[in-house]
Amino acid sequence: MMTIFEIEKPINELESAIAELRQLALEKGLDRSREIAELEAQRERLLRQIFEHLSAWDKVLLARHPKRPYALDYIRLMCESFMELHGDRLGFDDPAIVAGLGKMGGYKLVIVGQQKGRDLKERQQRNFGMAKPEGYRKAMRMFRLAEKFRLPVLTLVDTPAADPGVESESRGISESIAQSMLTLFELTVPTIAVIIGEGGSGGAIALAATNRVLMLEYAIYSVIPPEGCAAILYRDPNKAPQAAEALKLTADRALELGLIDGIIPEPLGAAHRDPQTTALSIRAAVLQQLETLSQLSPEELREQRYQRFRNIGVFQTAQ
Amino acid sequence: MQRRAAVSMIPEQWVQCIKCKKILFRPDFERALRVCTHCGYHHRLSARERILYTVDPDSFRETDAELRSADPLGFPEYAEKLRKGVATSGEQEAIITGTATLNGYEIVIGVMDFGFMGGSMGSVVGEKVTRAFERAAERKLPVIMFCASGGARMQEGLISLMQMAKTTAAVGKLHRTRMPYIAVFTDPTMAGVLASFASLADVILAEPGALVGFAGQRVAAQAGVSKAPANFQTAEFQYEHGMIDLIVPRRQIRPTLAYLLEMLLP
Repeated sequence: MMTIFEIEKPINELESAIAELRQLALEKGLDRSREIAELEAQRERLLRQIFEHLSAWDKVLLARHPKRPYALDYIRLMCESFMELHGDRLGFDDPAIVAGLGKMGGYKLVIVGQQKGRDLKERQQRNFGMAKPEGYRKAMRMFRLAEKFRLPVLTLVDTPAADPGVESESRGISESIAQSMLTLFELTVPTIAVIIGEGGSGGAIALAATNRVLMLEYAIYSVIPPEGCAAILYRDPNKAPQAAEALKLTADRALELGLIDGIIPEPLGAAHRDPQTTALSIRAAVLQQLETLSQLSPEELREQRYQRFRNIGVFQTAQ
Repeated sequence: MQRRAAVSMIPEQWVQCIKCKKILFRPDFERALRVCTHCGYHHRLSARERILYTVDPDSFRETDAELRSADPLGFPEYAEKLRKGVATSGEQEAIITGTATLNGYEIVIGVMDFGFMGGSMGSVVGEKVTRAFERAAERKLPVIMFCASGGARMQEGLISLMQMAKTTAAVGKLHRTRMPYIAVFTDPTMAGVLASFASLADVILAEPGALVGFAGQRVAAQAGVSKAPANFQTAEFQYEHGMIDLIVPRRQIRPTLAYLLEMLLP
């Protein structure tokens, strides 16, 4: 099975060659600009070549790329200011969900995001981005705060799944997901979700019952992880690439099926090659949606959200 | 999820309990609503049996029976699985909905059938649940939902996941009318169904021994879940942790529902 690191390998090799040449030019004072420009053009061609033909599975690996920007990275890059707030007021503060108040392009927002860790220690501390019931309860507290102070809500979705452990089960993980969706449905302020990485089933939709749902170009959104689907369908988790194809879990498929409202393009080579540009694209897309949604009355916002999901479903009617 | 075979057939008038393996006299077993007369194990019921045991005789009127699943993703083996579901369960989909009376109270009722593709929720289940709640909200009727499901239906991909949100929103619509919504978790009530409309009931009942939980055993094992107590993901476990109001033996479900309706209706 080809991993994303393998398809990136030739690019990474070119990039180190470019960096070496630059270093050399700097140290020796030699003009190597022609060689550098040539290599950069090569890199660009190669990137285009690779990214033109990505499979669903390539996108799964990109969505899970260890260097992919996470919620807090985007929040730092796209907000003028942000203050993180903590705790569910029921005894816990889940590090897998970050939440707070941020300013962005003239809007004051409540922002709730799922947060993975960058190194091993942080990854464990953030539970690999798998929220527990207290995470969703923290999110609900923030949603209610948004309602009370008439602030729009932005959620940044990036989770492999909600936490399936014993602790989470004993504190009502299912109930917390259901309540989180219900709380979002009751809001009368504009709500927008952006799937920035992995949109892992119930763990993701808990934060995505919103007026608008956008996806980054290489994010995924799925009812089941491709590995789990392959285990059921082919009795072989190694057939995850085929399962990824069958599940139609990529942004372009979700848009074709009318399940999301837009795709936010990523820079050439995906978000991790240029987090700044990606953040600005997210910001622009969110601001555009906020402008449209701000025209709606509180009751219209709630009704639009209801109808948005009400109309999803494909079935036939027998005579 | 643990696979449980249907009650195995022993010739003539005898059946074997799948839990304690004792041989039971079929008329006794049926009279006990398919609860083992030795060990009390609650065998699974089909949706039609459940309706028969729950509502007033001849009061059930089915709604939206004409809805059929499509195959929007062209998913491998889905069409075949649907055909098999019809053949094994005798139903067209994994839920039956309708109106009925229970002890004279007019209700909207939904009953899931595990025999149809594991009671999984795709577009048709999502639509029928949503219409049931919308109809109840419009006519100001209480809702009773008998849940039996492995979760969202993988074969409809993201469309199935969206049914969680859709049904949740519909429950919200009923809540605003102050009409009661009572859920009964039967074996098994899992994942996408548990994490949406099922958990949002005003009062939640469960049958003894029912499997009730978020992640199926396979998913949980993959995620390295260990040190699970013996009763992990049972109705009893959920009851101990405050997620279920009452565990009610099958025979007591009808009178319990009647009492709750009497208490909660205006």
